[in-house]
Parts: sequence; structure tokens; C-alpha cells
Amino acid sequence: MTTRAVAVAIALFVAKVSAAPDLGDPVKVDDLVGLSITIGPDGRGLPPGRGTAIDGVDIYVEKCASCHGVRGQGRTGPALAGGAGTLAGKNPVRTVGSYWPHATTLFDYIRRAMPYDRPMSLTNEQVYQLTAYVLWLNGIVGRDEVVDARSLPEVKMPNRAGFVNAWDARDRD
Amino acid sequence: MRGTRYGPGVLTRFASVSDPIPVAGGGLLSRRALLKGAMVMGAGAALPATAADEHLGAAMAWQKTPGRPPTGYGNPSRFESAVTRTTYHRYGAIALGNGGSFTPLERLRGTITPNGLHFERHHQGVPDIDPAKHRLVVHGLVRRPLRFSIDALGRYPMTSTTAFIECAGNSFPNTNDKPPQVTCGEIHGLVSCSEWTGVPLAMLLEEAGVRADAKWIVAEGADAVSMHRSIPIEKVRDDALVALYQNGERLRPEQGYPVRLLLPGWEGNMSVKWLHRLELVTAPVQARDETSHYTDALPDGRALQFTFEMGVKSVITQPSPGWMLQGPGYYDISGLAWSGAGHVARVDVSADGGRTWAPAELMETAQPFAFTRFRLPWRWDGGPVRLMSRAMDEREQIQPTRAEWMQRYGAKQRYHYHAIQTWQVDDMGEVSNAY
Repeated sequence: MTTRAVAVAIALFVAKVSAAPDLGDPVKVDDLVGLSITIGPDGRGLPPGRGTAIDGVDIYVEKCASCHGVRGQGRTGPALAGGAGTLAGKNPVRTVGSYWPHATTLFDYIRRAMPYDRPMSLTNEQVYQLTAYVLWLNGIVGRDEVVDARSLPEVKMPNRAGFVNAWDARDRD
Repeated sequence: MRGTRYGPGVLTRFASVSDPIPVAGGGLLSRRALLKGAMVMGAGAALPATAADEHLGAAMAWQKTPGRPPTGYGNPSRFESAVTRTTYHRYGAIALGNGGSFTPLERLRGTITPNGLHFERHHQGVPDIDPAKHRLVVHGLVRRPLRFSIDALGRYPMTSTTAFIECAGNSFPNTNDKPPQVTCGEIHGLVSCSEWTGVPLAMLLEEAGVRADAKWIVAEGADAVSMHRSIPIEKVRDDALVALYQNGERLRPEQGYPVRLLLPGWEGNMSVKWLHRLELVTAPVQARDETSHYTDALPDGRALQFTFEMGVKSVITQPSPGWMLQGPGYYDISGLAWSGAGHVARVDVSADGGRTWAPAELMETAQPFAFTRFRLPWRWDGGPVRLMSRAMDEREQIQPTRAEWMQRYGAKQRYHYHAIQTWQVDDMGEVSNAY
């Protein structure tokens, strides 16, 4: 690079920097506690805690069953269980068990959105218990199987292979 | 269904056009008939007698009484009180916040949707956000995690873009076995078009310093489900906007006040409202609304995920169901077209159920990612006809027929419906939805 080119590059860099409003406040890791709630499919973001389906029975009956049914069959709210083998038919029933590709999504969604009238009112422990309970309703985990940050990403969802990533496939069309 | 009538008041029925040139079957006429027709209307020469004529020469009541004083914020005329959104609720009384409302497309002209009529789709209600307490946080795979107040965002250089937002589930009623007999807006009105003003997201991300391994960005809203979606970073570099203003005023609460994301051309759900957090990540986080919902069922039982762009689409808004044609004669067919690819290149209209087509006139305001208004003059002979419109975009993608669209997908697929709409006109002039 010639001296002149370097000078131009520096001038451009300075111009760019000085034009940046830079009005954001720095964020510390502590600031994100309680705010950064997204769970990745690899389990990234899962908090400490654990639960089993048995642990979750009482809280499910108390907070979930009125909308989703005791067996997760759906009432005023959508079904959480059932529908296996229906996806290619005329009347597909898309539930956590028959459709959802990742078990981590269940923890993420219960914690951020449920119960519907009081979102974010559950403890992490309760969310693990309910996650285990809904997976158990679908026959995906046993009633005493521990669901935690390590085991949840390993849960094999029946429809895991049922999705085509159209964004990644777009260039191959 | 509302019984809006075509009539002199809406200036769509042409009283007299001399010798227009037929361009396709069913009475479609040359696009050039417009100017001639408008001149006739402007001169008022051949208008049929109306009630107003009886009062010519006598002052009207509102000429004899002082009008009302100025007001702080204006509203439409009381005579327009029927022009409202139709609301719906997904789960009834147990979750009134989960629902939406349809823009009454058949009642509007031009290409900009008034703010109070922009469609709504909420997953758990409209939050009542105090802008002084709201922050937008950018974190994850960035060198400098940052937090922006609304006041700070308001000091950034802003750009404006006119863009439609369309719910991925728009037009779902037409996936029913039988054509629902509701208005155009109640079928296709989960789409609206506004001028959005705000800060390019790329500018904020540059200040935060995006790391090379960041490939996706998770946008999250501050509503009562903390709705979130994963977005490829390419879109952010292209045209993502952190929008603060809608048609010149601050966002309405139901459109994300105080700040929303705008991703032109992509599923409306991804233009996250009440935006409060942006997290840079390596891969999509498999959110509930990109797995359980907003995925597209294929006939073999699999499903497409991450189909972001909204397909090329058009619909005739005038005439449409609920309207009665007032006898044979000249009408101006008018409609809207849009495409997630950018520009609408062409719209064809058929008045004989798709046997013959004629190109419509695209109005001069056409912009990429915005509504394009089209029109074509038409002489109705009084018999039954089937009106259709078919759009093509800048990538030469053509709107499919309903049969073609249905064949691509599995049962109960309700996203990304963009098939050609047919309006049936019967010999009484009544317009209905038809497949």
C-alpha cells in the first residue's frame, strides 16, 4: 500500500468513526441476567436445575391442564401430545411429540410464555419439571428421567429429521 | 357481509367512454381508457342524476352553521365509521390478546395503509410500554454489547422505506375446502403498507462490532410471550431497519411502540414488534415460532423451515365481495400487488376465468417491497364473469393458481398462501369468492 493510500484509508476510517453516533451504553454480563433467556438447540442458555415428569404432575395439573388437558390432549388450548404418524395424512395433528424438532424449544417457550395469563411466573425448577412432564406425555422420556441442562439437548425428538432448512437450501435450487 | 355499492360517489363507474379498445375477453378494455374516462368524470358531463342535483342552488346546512373548531388529533369523518378492521381471537376469552385484525383492503385506495387500519397479529396482546424505561440491547457475538435508550436511537441518522408487512398466515381462509364468503380484507387483509422510518440495524451492529462467527441474529420483543425469531445476518446487512416511525408519526402500540424491527419482504412475524433484544449467534435458536409455527407442511409429512420471503401476490380490491355492480357498463378494476422479491414487474387481469389476460396499468408510485396499485378499465356486459389478477415480480416469479399452490403443500398448510384470487360476478352484479 502506498503512503498516499494508507493516508486515504486512515482518513476514511477516522471519518467513519467520527460519523458514528455511538450513543449506546456498554452492557456488562451481569446486566444480561434474567434478560438473556433464549435457549439454543445445543442447550446453550439452559440454567441450573432439574426436574422429572413425576415432579411436574402437581404443577401441570394446577397451571396447565385447564387449557391443555390432563393428558395434553388439548382443550381450549392446543394439544401438547399425540398425533404420531399423522403428518403426511389428511388430518395432521402437530404437537410437541409429533412435530417439534428440538426439546430445548419446550423449555424456552414454557419459561418465556407460560402460563399464558402469567408468563415468566415459573421458577427454572418448575420449567424443568413441566418440560419433563410434557415429554413424558409423549412417551419421549420416562417418568423418573431427569431433565436438566445436560440431558435436555440430548433428548431425541421423534420428528427431528422432519424439517428441511429452506434458507440453507436456497442456493442449490 | 357488508353491502357496499358501487355508485357515482366512488367515481368508479364510467358514465361514458367513447369506443374503448377491448384487450381481452370478458369486457377488459385498453389501459388508456382511464384518462378519457377521468376527463368525462371531471367535467361531470354525463353523470347520471343524483340526490345532490336536487339541492343545486340551495345552500346546504353545513354552509349555514360554523363548523367545529380545530382538534389536537384528527379522526376520519363520521360518515366513514364503517371503515374499520375486522378483529379475531385465536383462543376466545381465555386469551383475548392472541389474535389479530384485518385491514379492510376493499375500502382503501392508493398504496399506504392508514396507521389505525394497519393489520394486527399479536401472540399475547399489545404491551403498554413506557418508552423511558424501554431499552434495546445488542449482545451475544459482538465485541461491545450495547444498550440503547429510545432517546438515543432518536438521535441516529434515520432513513425511510415504504414497505408492506404481510403476516405469513395471510389469506389462510382460502386454504379452506370451500371459498369463505367474507370480504377481500377478511381474506387477504393481514397485509398493510406504510412508510417506516428509523435507524438501519447495520449501523447499530457496526458500533457493537459483530464477530466473524456471528451468522444469525435473534430478535426478541417485550410482549407477554417475549416473541422471538432467528434472522440470517445477510438480511441485516441488506435492509433491516430499527423502525421508530410509521407514516411520519411514532409507531402505534399495536405496531410495536416504541421500536420494532422491519425486514422488508419477509414474513411479518420476523419484523419483531416491541423490539428489546438482539442477540448475535452462530445458528438459528429453533424458537417456538420457527419450529412449531411458521413452518410449511409438505405433502410427504416433512416441513420447510426458514422460508422467509413472501411470495409474489396480487388481489383485485375493487370490485370484490360485498360490492354490487349497478348494472352493465364501465367499471375501473383496481387492485394491489406486492412481492417479497422487490419490484412487481407486471400484473395481468382476466375477466373470463383465466382464458385470456390483459396487462394492467401499474400506478406511478410503484416501489420495491411496497404495494403496487394496478388498474384496468372493464365493461361489464351484465352476465356472469370471473375476475382474476396475476402478478409477476422482478425475478419473473409468477403467482400460482390455487390448484398449483395446494399441490405443493401438505394438509392444513396455512402459511405463504399467495395463489391467484378469483372473484365471481353473477348476473345480478353480486361479487363473491370463488376457487
